[in-house]
Amino acid sequence: MKLDDFLREVEQAAGLEQIQDLIVRLRDHYGVDHIVYHWVSADGEQYGCGTYPTDWVQRYVDRDYLRIDPVVLGCFQRFHPVDWKRLDWSSKAARAFQADAIAHGVGNQGFSVPIRGPNGQFALFTVSDNASDAEWSAFSQDNQRDLILIAHYFNQKALELERGRLPEPVKQLSPRELDALTFLAMGYARSQVADMLEISEHTLRAYIESARFKLSALNTTHAVAKAMVEGLIVIGGTARGAQGDWPGRQNTAGERRSAAV
Amino acid sequence: MLRYLYADQLDAHPALRDAMFRDRAIQFRDRLGWAVDVDEDGMERDTYDALNPLYVIWQTPGGGHGGSMRFLPTIGPTMVNDHFSDLIGGGAIQSPLIWECTRFCLSPEADGRVAATLMLGGGELMRAFGLSHLIGVFDDRMTRIYRRIGSSPEVLGEGQKFGSRVSVGLWPYTPASRARVLLRAGLSSDLSEHWFARSFGCAVAQAPRVAAAPATAEIFPLRRAG
Repeated sequence: MKLDDFLREVEQAAGLEQIQDLIVRLRDHYGVDHIVYHWVSADGEQYGCGTYPTDWVQRYVDRDYLRIDPVVLGCFQRFHPVDWKRLDWSSKAARAFQADAIAHGVGNQGFSVPIRGPNGQFALFTVSDNASDAEWSAFSQDNQRDLILIAHYFNQKALELERGRLPEPVKQLSPRELDALTFLAMGYARSQVADMLEISEHTLRAYIESARFKLSALNTTHAVAKAMVEGLIVIGGTARGAQGDWPGRQNTAGERRSAAV
Repeated sequence: MLRYLYADQLDAHPALRDAMFRDRAIQFRDRLGWAVDVDEDGMERDTYDALNPLYVIWQTPGGGHGGSMRFLPTIGPTMVNDHFSDLIGGGAIQSPLIWECTRFCLSPEADGRVAATLMLGGGELMRAFGLSHLIGVFDDRMTRIYRRIGSSPEVLGEGQKFGSRVSVGLWPYTPASRARVLLRAGLSSDLSEHWFARSFGCAVAQAPRVAAAPATAEIFPLRRAG
């Protein structure tokens, strides 16, 4: 499964059942034991989807584990991703909870992305597994950025489904983001795009980063493709300052694949 | 010591908290002449302080406030997107991998290393949490300080706002800039990591992996509790 195809499906999902199916596939893609999306509202109501065993989910609710789960307590009101081994498991209740979770197959390692949505919405996107500390550090380091983005795309979809609304209109791209994507779509290398926009490549990357989030894209190629499909950019047309001809186009066509990472 | 504290953790450090908001009044109202709100106790706060931001604070050996800065994710409300969008060509910069840093403040007694130490703190956040950039609004008079500590942002736009000449700048994460800022701050990498772990938790060894992971292909249904 390619992650950008996967995200396209997340975006098209019309119901939580499809999200559930996608989470199972994501779990299989990463080869971990579990992936869970968990929404907790201000009044303690919770729901979610994921691959945890049914008996564990029921037990979690029955025992009101929400009140002692160090992952929830450690992530609530926060916005940085957390490796579970940095959380406070020192209390007796937390240790008992952890033992119970491991016994129910949750795994001994976890990585959670807290999400602050609009109007006090709070959600957690969690990956858990059975692994050594070293293996888990390597996994979370390698995949942290993708997992953060995926977490937010799931949350956007959940918000959309929760409200029973039509899909939100694509977030508006700023003029500079449109410029950047347009030039990339035209086949210019990043260095050339940066030169034309009179910014550094680091800064260009910030615009691309912001654009891909607004487009729910995992990488630049996907972002460019989506912007074109959505009609946000028209090659040779939309960009402010775009030339009628495409200077340097001939030289850079071959670089496009390597530029669009 | 460099501390990383969310707003709801500040109350455990009331003296440090109050000194930070007072030093912000001194810097932004008194020294830079920004049109900021200062309360009757001489503390400067704005609406973003109410969003439970993350502060990076240099606490002096005597326990006082040496300097600080404030972080918020750009997917929520930020100063840049809410008030300075026109300086960067319009529109919002939003990504879970880009955080905004604002209210970069030095206490009147701060020496040259404090600014570098705060920038180091910002870099540690980027490194640990997979961020690609920090974006910030700052008074043009800060440019000199950023240059001196070897951490100049790329300026995306500048202009006159709220009575001051301000810039919107972007700091990308690069491992090389971490080494440079460590040097300027006169700190070791280990010490910085130690302070980070004090705030965000040490990595405690987990229970050994279970020999045979139970088969757990079951799916829990989409449901609401209760």
